Amino acid sequence: MSTIHIRGGRVIDPAQGLDATLDVWLHDRKVLAVGREAPANARPDEVIDAAGLVVCPGLIDCHVHLREPGNEEDETIATGADAALAGGVTTVACMPNTLPPLDTPAGVEYIVLQAKRAKKCNVYPVGAVSKGRTGGELAELGRLVEAGAVAFTDDGAPVANPALMKRALQYASMFNKVIMQHCQVMELTEGGVMNGGFQSMRLGIPGMPPEAEDIMVARDIRLAEVTGGRLHIQHISTARAVELVREGKRRGVRVTAEACPHHFTLTDDRLESFDSHFKMNPPLRTKADVDAVIEGLVDGTIEVLATDHAPHAPEKKARELNLAPFGIIGLETLVPLVVTHLIGPGLLDWPAAIRMLTAAPAELLGLHHRKGSLRPGMDADVTILDPDARWTIDPERSRSKSRNTPFAGWEVVGRAHTVIVNGEVRYRLGPEA
Amino acid sequence: MSTPPAPTGEAPSPAATPSWTRRHLLGLEDLSAGEITAILDTADSFAEVSDRPRKKVPALQGKVVFNLFFENSTRTRTSFSLAAKRLSADVQDFAASTSSLSKGESFIDTARNIEAMGCDVMIIRHSISGAPQLLSKHVRSSVINAGDGAHEHPTQGLLDLMTIRRKKGRIEGLTVGLVGDIAHSRVARSNIWGLTKLGAKVILCGPPTLVPRGFEALGCEVAHHLDEVLPRLDVVNVLRIQFERQQKGLFPSVSEYFYFYGMTRERLERSKPDLLLLAPGPINRGVELTPEVADGPNSAILDQVTNGLAVRMAVLYLVSGRGPGASKAE
Amino acid sequence: MARAESRLFGSDELGALLDRVARQVAEGRIPGVPLLLVGIRTRGVPIADRLAALIGDGVPVGAVDITLYRDDLGLQGHWPVLKGTDIPFEVDGAEVVLVDDVLHTGRTVRAAMNAVCDLGRPARVRLAVLVDRGGHELPIRADYAGAAVAASPEERIEVRLRPIDPDDEVVRVGPAPC
Repeated sequence: MSTIHIRGGRVIDPAQGLDATLDVWLHDRKVLAVGREAPANARPDEVIDAAGLVVCPGLIDCHVHLREPGNEEDETIATGADAALAGGVTTVACMPNTLPPLDTPAGVEYIVLQAKRAKKCNVYPVGAVSKGRTGGELAELGRLVEAGAVAFTDDGAPVANPALMKRALQYASMFNKVIMQHCQVMELTEGGVMNGGFQSMRLGIPGMPPEAEDIMVARDIRLAEVTGGRLHIQHISTARAVELVREGKRRGVRVTAEACPHHFTLTDDRLESFDSHFKMNPPLRTKADVDAVIEGLVDGTIEVLATDHAPHAPEKKARELNLAPFGIIGLETLVPLVVTHLIGPGLLDWPAAIRMLTAAPAELLGLHHRKGSLRPGMDADVTILDPDARWTIDPERSRSKSRNTPFAGWEVVGRAHTVIVNGEVRYRLGPEA
Repeated sequence: MSTPPAPTGEAPSPAATPSWTRRHLLGLEDLSAGEITAILDTADSFAEVSDRPRKKVPALQGKVVFNLFFENSTRTRTSFSLAAKRLSADVQDFAASTSSLSKGESFIDTARNIEAMGCDVMIIRHSISGAPQLLSKHVRSSVINAGDGAHEHPTQGLLDLMTIRRKKGRIEGLTVGLVGDIAHSRVARSNIWGLTKLGAKVILCGPPTLVPRGFEALGCEVAHHLDEVLPRLDVVNVLRIQFERQQKGLFPSVSEYFYFYGMTRERLERSKPDLLLLAPGPINRGVELTPEVADGPNSAILDQVTNGLAVRMAVLYLVSGRGPGASKAE
Repeated sequence: MARAESRLFGSDELGALLDRVARQVAEGRIPGVPLLLVGIRTRGVPIADRLAALIGDGVPVGAVDITLYRDDLGLQGHWPVLKGTDIPFEVDGAEVVLVDDVLHTGRTVRAAMNAVCDLGRPARVRLAVLVDRGGHELPIRADYAGAAVAASPEERIEVRLRPIDPDDEVVRVGPAPC
C-alpha cells in the first residue's frame, strides 16, 4: 500500500487534455491525484524528481509477439515483458501465433498466468480468429473473451477467406471486440521477401507488391462497413492503404490503423545489403509510402503506434534472405524512434504522440476504463521519459532474448527513465545503460 | 536515410589505372567501367593460355579454391574448376546436396568449416539472391559469385561482354537486345549493369509478365514485340526460358513463346547481317532458337564458353592478387 | 626525392652494344634450325625487335609476359597488370633466344624459360642481354651479353629505349636517399 509522489514533471495525459508541469501521486496501485497540491492524506514512501522529464500514462503496445509457448528460444513472456519495461511500455497485447496458437481459453489463461509470474509489464492476450489459425472456422471467441482475450487476430497470416472475415467481424461485435487484421493477399506475395517494386526488380529479390496489402484493406473496410464490426488494420505500410483507411473513416466505418516505427523510418533500398534485419512483413516500402504513413499519423488517419515486436534467435536471422524469418524486435526502440523521427522534426507534438501510445491503444483494446490515462482511480501505470537523453542503440544491451534489429548503431534521442506498473517501480534507467 | 555501401571490398581505383583492388566479385552493379575493362583486358591475355599445348600457368600455385554450389550447375562449375586448374590452384568441389546442409547445418557454418581446412577463394552458386554477400561478411576468403537467385551472375555477364568486344571490337555504342525472362534472370541483370556501364544501349524484350513495367528505371528500353526491335540490334542475347515459369502461368505455352520470341532463320533474315547471337545456355533448341540459328554463322555460343574460361581465370587471378593488407581492411 | 643517376652508355654506345649482341646471336645459331627471338616484357621486347632488324633474315620476334610465372607473385601490394604472352609461332624444335635488357638475379629469366617451355619443346634456349650486372641468385648466365657492369646490390642498372623512354641510354641509379 505504498504511495509514490512524482514531482515536477511535464505531465502529458491526452485523455484528459493535460500538458503541464504537475505532480502525480500514486497510491495502492491506483492514481491518487494529479495536480499542484498534495492530496490531504498523501504520505509518500517514495518521491521521484521528474524535473525536465515527461510523465505520462504507461505506454501500451497493442502488437507484440512474445513467442511463448512454443518458441522460447526467441523470447519468453518474461523476457519480452522485461524488454517492454526497458522501452517504457507498461502494457502489451501479445499475438496468438504461438505453438499452439492462442485459440483456446486454456491457452489464453496460460499467458495471463505466465505474465503474473514474470511480474514485469501487463500482458493481455489477443486470441486467434480461427481454430488453429488455419483460416477455416471461428475459434470460440466468447470463451476466449472470458479467459482474458482483449481482441482477435490470426496475425502472422491474414484471415484470407472473406466469408470468415465477415463472420468474425459480426460475431466479435457481440463482445465489442476488435478484429485486428494482417492485410496481405497471399496469392500476390507468394515467395516474396521484400517490397515488390523497383528495388526488388533491381536486386532480383522476390517481391511482395503493395497491392497485396491494399486489396485486403479495401475488402475488409467494406466488410466492417456492412457488418458494423470493429476492424483494426495492423502495421499499415502502403500509401494506398492509408488512403483507404482515411476514406473509410470519412464514411463512418469503425476502422482504426496502427503504424510501426520501421515503416516510418526505413525504405526498401535497405535490402541492397541483403541483410535479413531489414526483412519484415509487411516489408519496408518506398519513400512515397513512408511519407504517406507519416501523413496518416499527422492527420489522425493512423491513431495507434505499435512495434510488431517480432523476436527471432540470431541463428534464424543469420540465414540467406529467403530463408530468414520475417520480423524485428522493437519494444526498446519505440520511444527513441518516435521522439527522434516524429516529434524531433515537428511532425507530431508530444501530446499527439503520447496519445498514440496510451489513450488510443487503450481504447482499441477496450482497456480505457483502467489504462491509458492518469485520471484518479486509473491503474497506477506510469512511464517517465527523458525527452533529451541521447544514446546509441546497441542490440547487445537489449533485454529481449533476440537481437534482430535494423537500428543497431543509430544515434537517437529520448528514453524511458522510470517505469511504474501497478504502483511499483519496475524499471529505472541505470548509469551503465 | 543514406545507405552505407555494401561491403564488397575496397574502394575502386580511379578509372585511369586499370588496377584491381577488390577482394570479392559479387556483382557487376558495384563495379566501375574501369574495373570491368580491367577484367576484360586481363581475360584477353588469358585467352592465349587455352591455346597452348600445355594449358597451365603457375600463377595460383598453392592457392586453394572451393566450389560451393548450393544449386546445381555442371557447366559453370566445370568452367570455374578448369580455370582454377589452369592457374595451378588446388580445386575442391563441395556439392550441397551431398553435404551436411541436408542435415540442417547452416550455410555459414558450412562455409566456416570449409575455411578451417584452408581456403583462399570461395566460388558460390546459390538459389537465393544475396547469399554471396552474406558469405562475404562471414569468411576471410575471397568470394566469387557464380550466380545468386535472380540477382547477378557476374562472370556470365563478363563473358558475354568479352565475346561482344572480341567479335565487334567494341561495346560502346552497340545496341544489345536481351530477350526472354528478364524478371527472374540473374544473367539479365549482370548484362544490364555491364553493358550500360560500358556504353551500350540495352533493349529488354519479352512478354510483360517476364519483362514487367519499371525495368526502364535500370537504364534500358523495354519492348514486348521482338520483331519491332530486332532490326535495330547489333547483338541479341537469348536468355534461357525455364519451364517452371510456364507452369506458373507467366506465359501461356512454350509454342506461343516461340512464336513471338524464338530466334528463327526468318527473324535472322530481317536482322542486321552481322547480328551477333549469344545465348547463356544451356539452350533449349526449338524454344528460344532453332538449331540452324544456334549453329549458324551469327552464333557465338561456343565462343562464349571458351571466353568464359578466360574470364574466370582473370577473375580468379585478380581477386587472389589483393594486397597483403586487404584482408585486414574489413 | 630523385636518386643519383650516372650515365653508363649513351645512344651511340648502346647501338654498339646491340650490334655486338646481334653479331653474337647470328654467329651462335645452329645451322638449319629456325631461330626465334623472344623479348621478355617490357624492355626485352623492343631490344628483340632491334636485334631482329640487325640480324635480318626475317627472324621472327615474340613477347613473353612472365607475370604468371614469377616466384614473388603475391608478395607485392597488388597483382601486376597482365600484358600477355604473344608468341605466334611454333617453338617446338626451334632455337629460342630469350632477350632482356639487364641480367641481375636471374629470376626473371627462370620464369621466362618456364613460360616458353610451356608453349612447346625448343631445340635450345639461349639468353641474350644488353647488360649483365652480376648478382645472380640462380645458376643462370647470359650466352650473349653486350656489356658486363659491376653494380652494388643497392644500385639499379636501367636500360632506356625509345619509344618507351625519351632516349636510348644505360644509366646507373644510386641507392635511395635515406
